This record gives sequence, C-alpha cells and structure tokens, in this order.
Amino acid sequence: MSEVTAIPAYQAPKARSLFEPHRIFLMVLFAIILLSMAWFMRWDWIPRYQTRLLWGIWETIVMLFSTAIAGFILAVPLGLVQVTGPKPLAWLARGFCTLIRGTPLLLQLWLLYYGLGSLFAQYPEIRQSFLWPYLRQAWPYGFAALTISFAAYEGEVMRGAFAGVPKGELEAAKAYGMGRFTMFRRIWLPRAIQRTLPTLTGETVIQLKSTPLVATVTVVDVYAVISKVRQDTFLTYEPLLLLAAIYLILTGILVFSFRQLEKRIPNRGV
Amino acid sequence: MGKLDRQINADGEGNMTDKAQAIEVRDLYKRFGPLEVLKGVSLSASQGDVIALIGGSGSGKSTFLRCINMLELPTAGSVTIHGETIEMKQDGHGGMMPANRRQIQRIRTKLGMVFQSFNLWQHMTVLQNVIEVPVNVLGQPKDQAIAVAETLLRRVGLYEKRDAYPAFLSGGQQQRAAIARALAIQPLVMLFDEPTSALDPELVGEVLSVIGDLAKENRTMILVTHEMKFARQVASHVIYLHGGVIEEQGSPEAIFENPQSERLKKFISSIH
Repeated sequence: MSEVTAIPAYQAPKARSLFEPHRIFLMVLFAIILLSMAWFMRWDWIPRYQTRLLWGIWETIVMLFSTAIAGFILAVPLGLVQVTGPKPLAWLARGFCTLIRGTPLLLQLWLLYYGLGSLFAQYPEIRQSFLWPYLRQAWPYGFAALTISFAAYEGEVMRGAFAGVPKGELEAAKAYGMGRFTMFRRIWLPRAIQRTLPTLTGETVIQLKSTPLVATVTVVDVYAVISKVRQDTFLTYEPLLLLAAIYLILTGILVFSFRQLEKRIPNRGV
Repeated sequence: MGKLDRQINADGEGNMTDKAQAIEVRDLYKRFGPLEVLKGVSLSASQGDVIALIGGSGSGKSTFLRCINMLELPTAGSVTIHGETIEMKQDGHGGMMPANRRQIQRIRTKLGMVFQSFNLWQHMTVLQNVIEVPVNVLGQPKDQAIAVAETLLRRVGLYEKRDAYPAFLSGGQQQRAAIARALAIQPLVMLFDEPTSALDPELVGEVLSVIGDLAKENRTMILVTHEMKFARQVASHVIYLHGGVIEEQGSPEAIFENPQSERLKKFISSIH
C-alpha cells in the first residue's frame, strides 16, 4: 500500500427538489386527508362561534405571555439566590422550585382557586377591599398558578445559567472597578439570559400547552370555547381537530420568532 | 526593597511625573489556608517602569499581581498607587479586606488588567467590550468613548473586527481586544497576567508586539510572563520570584546574563 490514493474532491449534495416522487406522494396524501375532512366532516358551526373563538385565542395568548414574562421576572431572583446565597434564602428558593416542579400544575391551580379562593371569601376585610372585584374572578388564580409554575421551572434554568457564566468574565468586571449592581446588570444577567435563550423556547412552548388547564377554573380560553362547542353541537372530532390546529399554529409562530431572536444573538462562546 | 535605580528615558515628556512613584507594594503576604504563597514581597515602580515578574509555576507571581488590584486579598501588606494607599481592614478570619469599597473601585479603574484567558465579555462585540467600562463605570459620553475605542482598536489592529463577537476571534485577536479594553480606561498602571500563556505559539508574536509598543511609550507596566526573551527586551527591571519571596532582582542584563543564585541559574537554563 505504498501508493497514496487521492481523496476525491468534495461534491456538494444536490439541492433537494420539492417535487421528488415520495414528496409528491405525501403531498397528495395530505391533500386528500384535508379535502375529505372538509367534505365529510361538519364545520358549519365555525361562523357561529367565530367571535368567541377569536376571543378565546386572544385569552390564551394573553395568559401565555403575561405568565411567561411575570414568571421569568420571578425566576431571576429565584435562580440568583441559589447561586449567591445567603444560604437560608437559597434553601427557600430551592425548596420552592422542588415543590412546584414536583406537583401537578392542575393540583396547584385547584388549590389556589378552590382553596385560597374560598378562604378569601370568608374574610369580610378581603371582600370589602378594592382587590375583591379581581379576587372573585377566576383569571387571577389561573394567572398566579401559571406564573408560579413558569417561575419554578425557569428559576432552575436560571440557577444553572448564573452558575455557568465564566468566573473570569465576572472577575474582569471586578478588576475594572465595576460595582456589584453594575456587574449584575451589565455582565452577569445578560450573559445568563443569553445562555438560557434556547431553553426558554422550549419552556414557553410547554407553557402554551399548560394554559388550557385554566379552563378548569372557568377561565374562557380557546380550549373552553371548544369545549362549549362540543357541548352545544355534540360533535367530538371537528372541534378538537380545530383546537389541535390552533395550538400547532401558535407553537409554530412561537418557535419561529424565538429562532429569529436567537439568530440575532450570537450563541458561540455561550 | 530599594527603589529602582532606572535611568528615565530621555524621550519622557514631563520629568516631574517621570519621577513620581507609580506603584509601591510593601511586604505582601498571602496565605491560602495552610499554604503561604507570598512571604513578604515588595515592589516599587516609577512612572514608565516596565517590571517583569518571572519564576516557576507556584512561585506566587500571578498571586502577587492579583493582590495589587485586590482580586486576591493579601493577608498582610500594603499597596499604594500614585501616592494613594488602599485602605484595608481586618476581615475577622485572620486576613484583610478593602475597608472602603468606593476607594478600591476607584483605584481599580486606574489599573488596566490583562488576563491570561482574555476574559472578554462574550455577549458584547469587541467595540462594546472596549467602551463598557468608560461608559458604565467612568460615566464618559458614549460617542466620546467610541471615538477613543476606535483609535485604540486601530492601534491593536482590530478596527475591522470591532463589531465581531469575541467567540469569532482567534486567541491573539481576543487578547489584543482585551489590551484595547484595558487601555480604554487610561490606566496609570497596566497589569499583565501571563498574557500569552493561553495562546497558540503562532499567535504569541502579535500580542507581544502590541505589548512591546506599549512598553516604549513611558507606560508603567507590571508583567507576569514566561516569555523570557520578551521580558529581556521590554523590561526595565526583572524580579525573580521563588517560593513566595524575591530570590533575585535587577536589570534584565544582570538577571539573564549574570544570575547570582543557583536557583535562578537553573531556572534560566531550563527556559532556554
């Protein structure tokens, strides 16, 4: 084997055409399914529920973003104290995260709504306070449960992100005379958020799919609207298929926008 | 330790400032648990001095440098920068800590530190790294800081890379960016902590040439290094540390050509 065989020159793979046989087959199959769904199933109820459906979708989106943002704001201190201490606070934060992540969200929601909600009602001071008009509604409990849940999961992620920022970069900040707060605001926090961004996409998508739980405490989100449709029309599959399509589209939009965001932020050296 | 008997360069501008004591470290001790890393090290440098700290690993040279800006807290001793002594107090565990956070932060902004592992802030571009401290610590207007930063980046040959993130640069480019970041605060003293030790051999040269240029312009610099040839070229004074004490010090010629102690002789022959 003294002869050295030349390595063949690299050939870029052919760009795949949209119209390869197997693709055409799948597209036709998909079209047939869609068409037969349109043809053989009943969709005449949609116009009647159109407005309510749109409101439901809006409610779902508001629930998702408000709880994700509020939860994230809570997650920052939850993650931070687990890294910096003081120890009692770190234990408290860790305990909180373990407790919330270790119990079903549905249970937390019901404990808040049926437990805390009925407890509040027993106190005249609360009933007469300016908060009562809100506390007697369902959404604050849904909001609270979803926020707490997001905070606990994301708090755990933030803990890892804070701990994972290279010590040298913090040391450089210190060596240049940055105060603790400036260092946190300018270096530590943005650096940690940059590290969590990929996980944040997943957490947000999971959060989206947790939102229908609030329908169980009478918040009217898109899931609740679809349930109503099912009760009114005695249809099973059609409303559920539509619901699946709505969640899929929302997830797609979420993932796409996070991708765009991630593209703008460099993820090398993370 | 005595004052450095160094001839001031003839091209120095202000003779008064030339003679000013830029940095004075007295009897520095540092203990990590039972391990005593520094056992009374002193150093003094006048404006424009370039002091090279050499020694084997574990000799305490990096620890000594990091004690100057209190990244490591010395167990005993004092540090004075341009006549201002860092106020220290007992920390209650047999060590010391800065007594006045404002003062230590202010003094740190006069010390431009360059690290072995660059430690650029990875979420910022090169330019953002360079203007970060001037804008957010020293409170300079942003456009002024950018103008200064662009000049500095041009100097270290990174103007074209100003909008790149550190992760996309080579080690040598990152270290040059880190030097620009240190220069941007207009430091009274530059501290180099083994600036080329983390670099691939072919990248060492570009960083050394930048540091060499700085050494020529009447800047006070303290340089921990393994690059003996370089230390010899740029240093005005060389200190050889061994086991936490100064084993020998003097002009580069004296240290490298006529070493007195056996250990230094061995060290120098092992390096070459």
